[in-house]
Amino acid sequence: MTNPSGIGQSVRRREDFRFITGNGQYTDDINRPGQTYAVFVRSPHAHATIKSLDLAEAAKAPGVRRILTGKDLAADKIGGLICGWMIHSKDGSPMKAGGHPALAVDKVRYVGDHVAVVIADTLNQARDAAELVNVDYDVHKASVDVGLTQKAGQPQLHAEAPNNTVYQWHLGDKDATDQAFAKAAHVTKIDLVNNRLIPNAMEPRAAIGEFDRGSGGYTTYTTSQNPHVARLVMSAFIGIAPENKLRVIAPDVGGGFGSKIFIYAEEVVCTWASKKVGRPVKWTSDRTEAFLSDAHGRDHVTTAEAAIDAAGKVQAVRVKTIANLGAYLSTFSSSVPTYLYAPLLSGQYDIPAIYCEVDGVYTNTAPVDAYRGAGRPEATFVIERLMEVSARQLKKDPAEFRVHNFIKTFPHQTPVIMAYDVGDYPASMAKALEMADYKGFPARRQASIKRGKLRGIGFSAYIEACGIAPSKAVGSLGAGVGLWESAEVRVNPIGTVEVLTGSHSHGQGHETTFAQLVSSKLGIPIEQVSIVHGDTDKVQMGMGTYGSRSGAVGMSAIFVALEKVIKKATTVAAACMEVPVDQVDFVDGIFEARGTNNKMAFGEVALQAYVAHKFDSSVIEPGLKEGAFYDPKNFTFPSGVHIAEVEIDPETGVTKIERWTAVDDFGTIINPMIVEGQVHGGIAQGIGQAMLEGAVYNDAGQLVTASFMDYCMPRADDLPSFDVGMTTTPCPSNPLGIKGCGEAGAIASPPALINAITDALGHENIAMPATSQAVWRATQQSALRHAAE
Amino acid sequence: MKVTLTVNGQSVIEDIEPRTLLVQLLRDRLQLTGTHVGCDTSQCGACVVHVDGRAIKSCTALAVSCEGTKVITIEGIGTEDHLHPMQEAFREHHALQCGYCTPGMIMSSIDIVNRKGHKLDEHTIREELEGNICRCTGYHKIVKAVGAGAAAMAKSSA
Ligand code: FES
Ligand code: FES
Repeated sequence: MTNPSGIGQSVRRREDFRFITGNGQYTDDINRPGQTYAVFVRSPHAHATIKSLDLAEAAKAPGVRRILTGKDLAADKIGGLICGWMIHSKDGSPMKAGGHPALAVDKVRYVGDHVAVVIADTLNQARDAAELVNVDYDVHKASVDVGLTQKAGQPQLHAEAPNNTVYQWHLGDKDATDQAFAKAAHVTKIDLVNNRLIPNAMEPRAAIGEFDRGSGGYTTYTTSQNPHVARLVMSAFIGIAPENKLRVIAPDVGGGFGSKIFIYAEEVVCTWASKKVGRPVKWTSDRTEAFLSDAHGRDHVTTAEAAIDAAGKVQAVRVKTIANLGAYLSTFSSSVPTYLYAPLLSGQYDIPAIYCEVDGVYTNTAPVDAYRGAGRPEATFVIERLMEVSARQLKKDPAEFRVHNFIKTFPHQTPVIMAYDVGDYPASMAKALEMADYKGFPARRQASIKRGKLRGIGFSAYIEACGIAPSKAVGSLGAGVGLWESAEVRVNPIGTVEVLTGSHSHGQGHETTFAQLVSSKLGIPIEQVSIVHGDTDKVQMGMGTYGSRSGAVGMSAIFVALEKVIKKATTVAAACMEVPVDQVDFVDGIFEARGTNNKMAFGEVALQAYVAHKFDSSVIEPGLKEGAFYDPKNFTFPSGVHIAEVEIDPETGVTKIERWTAVDDFGTIINPMIVEGQVHGGIAQGIGQAMLEGAVYNDAGQLVTASFMDYCMPRADDLPSFDVGMTTTPCPSNPLGIKGCGEAGAIASPPALINAITDALGHENIAMPATSQAVWRATQQSALRHAAE
Repeated sequence: MKVTLTVNGQSVIEDIEPRTLLVQLLRDRLQLTGTHVGCDTSQCGACVVHVDGRAIKSCTALAVSCEGTKVITIEGIGTEDHLHPMQEAFREHHALQCGYCTPGMIMSSIDIVNRKGHKLDEHTIREELEGNICRCTGYHKIVKAVGAGAAAMAKSSA
């Protein structure tokens, strides 16, 4: 009997009813009695010393309750924001991090940096009063260019970090790599910029802090992907209140893509200020603030080389990257261009030697941290551009060249930490080639040429490491936390089930997929299952949702807890049916005493567990509730092939994506409909990066792209429909065989599209975003070149 | 300043500051929080509602300019038991992930059908949705949902 809501079914989402009827509850939808409103006074300068801060006039404005500054935070001994991952430089020295106060004390370091907070009875009053705060700045030159910031004579951001250098890190075997280059038959070299992006979840960040005088406890409502981590950081590191006096609630979260992992100044300040004001304090970001102050993503400048032998095998890869970390280290920023980046540089290829150097640098720009894919898109961009350019230089078919270099046996230890457990890369490639009708491409290209158009095709064979992560392993690499996940399965006396999970959905549909797992395992209808998340008072400690970990790690925790529930329920059932435990089978929600007609439904057993009439409670404990903390055994390695096909109008530079083919191997899939949606969304973000999006700071450090008018978000008419296919090799390191799917699209798509555009143009490289204007310029260059030849 | 209008069939009289936006009136005064705010430059469409039968961005209209109008928000289409066909189509086709853009998307989509009819091709839908940003879905399934919802609206209004 197939369970219509079981694993592998495209169950329609249970959370959708509230969203399609306007009944979702996002943080800004919450209003607390007596609440006041916070508006942050932000620095208009990229780099300045605060000479004086005159609050007198603002304090007299109508409705103003308090105006607080960095001095007030310091007086209350509230600590600064933290970066939770220690990176050591090549020479063994720990990274050189400057302080990161939630409200600036003497210096501001980027446009949008927090100078003071005005709290008033209404939002308009707070806004009006914020205009009256008078800050006298001594404005300094800004260091904005990631390529220049380490050079002598550049403005210095933090005294702790000479030459604006946070770390000079490396990974891999330098000597082996250099030797391979010395022997290479061919060397491919390419300079790449991974453009800076602004996450722009559609729900802007928001926070409400509330202090309860009666209990002496705080509640923070916040737009968070990981409320428990927010509580841990605000308690243990920032020191607002001990954990048992701080409740963090993240209700419905309107997208995150990484940007809502981090612990920001605003939620810290609203929580702390709520006690000082004696009222709840609410802050909601407007979009301009989001552009200025949400952590940005990517922003690498890289030189990459491949050493290829006479047989066309890549023998070594050498990479040097400068990674912009912005003006302060955000929560996980140090790890993104290091351990989330370089270990992926082997891609799907059997490469004997890899050496990567990364300098993490400060600039007078917003902090940079994890954004969908986090390090892995950057690595994939490097290796997939290198492979493509190599194939072209060697005049080889790009698909065949990749297959020739694929890893074909597993497990495979790469030279950069990762041990790939399973995969079938040729299978994904073969399927993608067929779906994309690669054979028909030359004819399509000819047809385009006839119409005066340029047509190109581009590949990307990506790998990512998900399911972050085995705690001990990441601990040895500098992580400040363990990266297990927790679950508690509470069976109620009538057999309904509540699952408390430390994962937290911000669009992924956990209320559906997690319930599918429960329905499958316990053989009960999905309607009997509720998923509880996003509240530290309800859910045991958890680590949250990012890095495509909620399936592989979060659901594995639920799986283990469910196994324990079944084990316990089996003992109860056996006692009730008066047979030995090993005589009881559990099939499709029914406990059966083998060889008899005795059976009990799951709900009956639950009731018996609670009434405890039919067993000896000194032997079997009453009740039915189990928990698990699941620590992954390995990373998981989703992989796949994306193929982009474009047609360019050389007259206008307009690039039309004619076809997009994605074949992914995510291991076991719980809900194909939801997985497809994740792939689509990821591809859209990757296409955005490759063609449309790019954060631009001018030399003075002003963010030029600070609104949707200036920062080009992908819209419906920019994108095609996507052809999505799957191949499957179940992941051996977790009980469900899940690999994770949340980031794949964003990782795979930028190189596929740039490879297609450059193929059409006949160029080796084009910078992202390859806007129509940039493409048009490139076509003009080609025309000039042809004319000259 | 007083403003009188009808919201989802209920008459509303509110005393507001003249600078109050329609979306602020809906969200902050009437607790109709299904209408969202996603930007400050009239670009994203999270705030779309219908005023006298036409879709507008409620972040861009002063509440006082809606004096005497009939406003319909996401809360005013469909009922618990009888969802609007466009709502149904969004759920059926998985046209939402985080749900934040969804109310605006649905209100815009109904407006597209009202203006362009029930037979909508992909190109038309994509062009017409240009004023609504979704960061989650990549639009693929939204486009499918709007096409299906449009067809379903033809049946249900018949
Ligand atoms: S909030 Fe109205 S268009 Fe963005
Ligand atoms: S579903 Fe999240 S923005 Fe559209």
